[in-house]
Amino acid sequence: MHVSLTMATAVRVFHQLRRDPRTVGLLVLVPAVLMVLLRWVFEGRQEVFQQVGVPLLGIFPLVSMFLVTSITMLRERTTGTLERLMTMPIGRGDLLAGYALAFAAVAAVQVVFVAAIAFWLLGLEAEGPAWGIVALATLNAVLGMALGLFVSAFARTEFQAVQFMPGFIIPQLLLCGLLAPRESMATVLEWFAVLLPMTYAYDALVEVAAGSGASFELVRDTGLVLAFTVVALAAGAATLPRRTA
Amino acid sequence: MAANDEPAVRTRELRVERGGNLVLPRLDLEIPRGGVTGLLGPSGCGKSTLMRAIVGVQRLAGGEVEVLGLPAGSPALRSRVGYVTQAPSVYGDLSVRENLAFFGRVLGAGPGAVDEAMAAVSLEAYADRRAMQLSGGQFARVSLAVALLNEPELLVLDEPTVGLDPVLRGELWDMFHRLGAAGTTLLVSSHVMDEAMRCDELLLMREGRVIAQEPPGALLERTGAKDVEGAFMALVEEPSEVA
Repeated sequence: MHVSLTMATAVRVFHQLRRDPRTVGLLVLVPAVLMVLLRWVFEGRQEVFQQVGVPLLGIFPLVSMFLVTSITMLRERTTGTLERLMTMPIGRGDLLAGYALAFAAVAAVQVVFVAAIAFWLLGLEAEGPAWGIVALATLNAVLGMALGLFVSAFARTEFQAVQFMPGFIIPQLLLCGLLAPRESMATVLEWFAVLLPMTYAYDALVEVAAGSGASFELVRDTGLVLAFTVVALAAGAATLPRRTA
Repeated sequence: MAANDEPAVRTRELRVERGGNLVLPRLDLEIPRGGVTGLLGPSGCGKSTLMRAIVGVQRLAGGEVEVLGLPAGSPALRSRVGYVTQAPSVYGDLSVRENLAFFGRVLGAGPGAVDEAMAAVSLEAYADRRAMQLSGGQFARVSLAVALLNEPELLVLDEPTVGLDPVLRGELWDMFHRLGAAGTTLLVSSHVMDEAMRCDELLLMREGRVIAQEPPGALLERTGAKDVEGAFMALVEEPSEVA
């Protein structure tokens, strides 16, 4: 890994984002708008909003970075820029770390914005520290990026890539415990949920929101989110071969 | 001209399959160091595949490719070999300067390299224009400029002059010759036959095989043809005359 190559990639991705203010605007605004919507959807049942607010705060960045990354990497593959980079003195690790850095920074902005709206305007409350929630949400963004990178290898077109959203992300959303406690699910699903990264992202967010400090569960689940991220990044790197048929 | 006795490129029994087709059945060739070698042949004859094998991004079914004395694709070659694909491979949403600055940092190019590369392809006036807003020919030149950033020893250019006006094409060929005379090895594919006459050496390919490798003058003399196209025809018809 080379810091200068990682930075060069991150700066390049920033330049690309700067040239696309509409995407950045959507990335930052959409989660906040959804949060406002949620607040009024549960107008008469505020306890539900309080219950799902924090976990959603952390799951939005996972979903949006998943989408952005899978499309970006697909584009990098189909326009030949990836192949060109593979003939140059830059490692896959440098490239991925550069992407992770740039997207994590965008995700942090996204999270801070939606958190500010939720806590100050919408009356969302959490026992745990806001910074912990923001940090976890940013980590989730990097997890989303890593997953998006990995699945982009299985898409040939952008149409296929966006189908991974309902195909890969929504099942995790259903099983992670956000909609119903996992204990109340069919046993098979309960077992299956244990294999999915979003399950641990959700658990960690619930734990940090509960405000019991650095509990064993919080440390374990955060560690698992990190582990899933590293595995997905490594698997993603393996999908970027220098030689192709 | 050659600073080194090793050829710039050497393939031995190179065999490549793509999508179930045998694109290069068994290719043995050597490209000397320095100068401009033109790679000519009809579309689909294996030119791009050969170039991909030389820069080390093509999966091989057999044989070997050696570039500047090292196996193709070796990490040590990544800053010594420049490659321009047929489809321009730069970021359309970045400006010309941002594209060159990024690739320059990846290649470890020196300061001033970005401006020099832009000047070499006559794009200074478009430095801050987004690549995708440029015309097809200008877009292709951005891609070419990337390969000029770090003055590689071997430049592999896949149809670099497609869609360019004749004046600009002439200027680029002048540049290729300047680089070639200074010791750079250039492998340039083309299907414009008048460009062939400007090469120091020609490699004619057909159906994955090299059917001739010699300077254009010698080729015309041997085949008695008036131009390279005629020489190509003569070479293709040769075996049937024997049969």
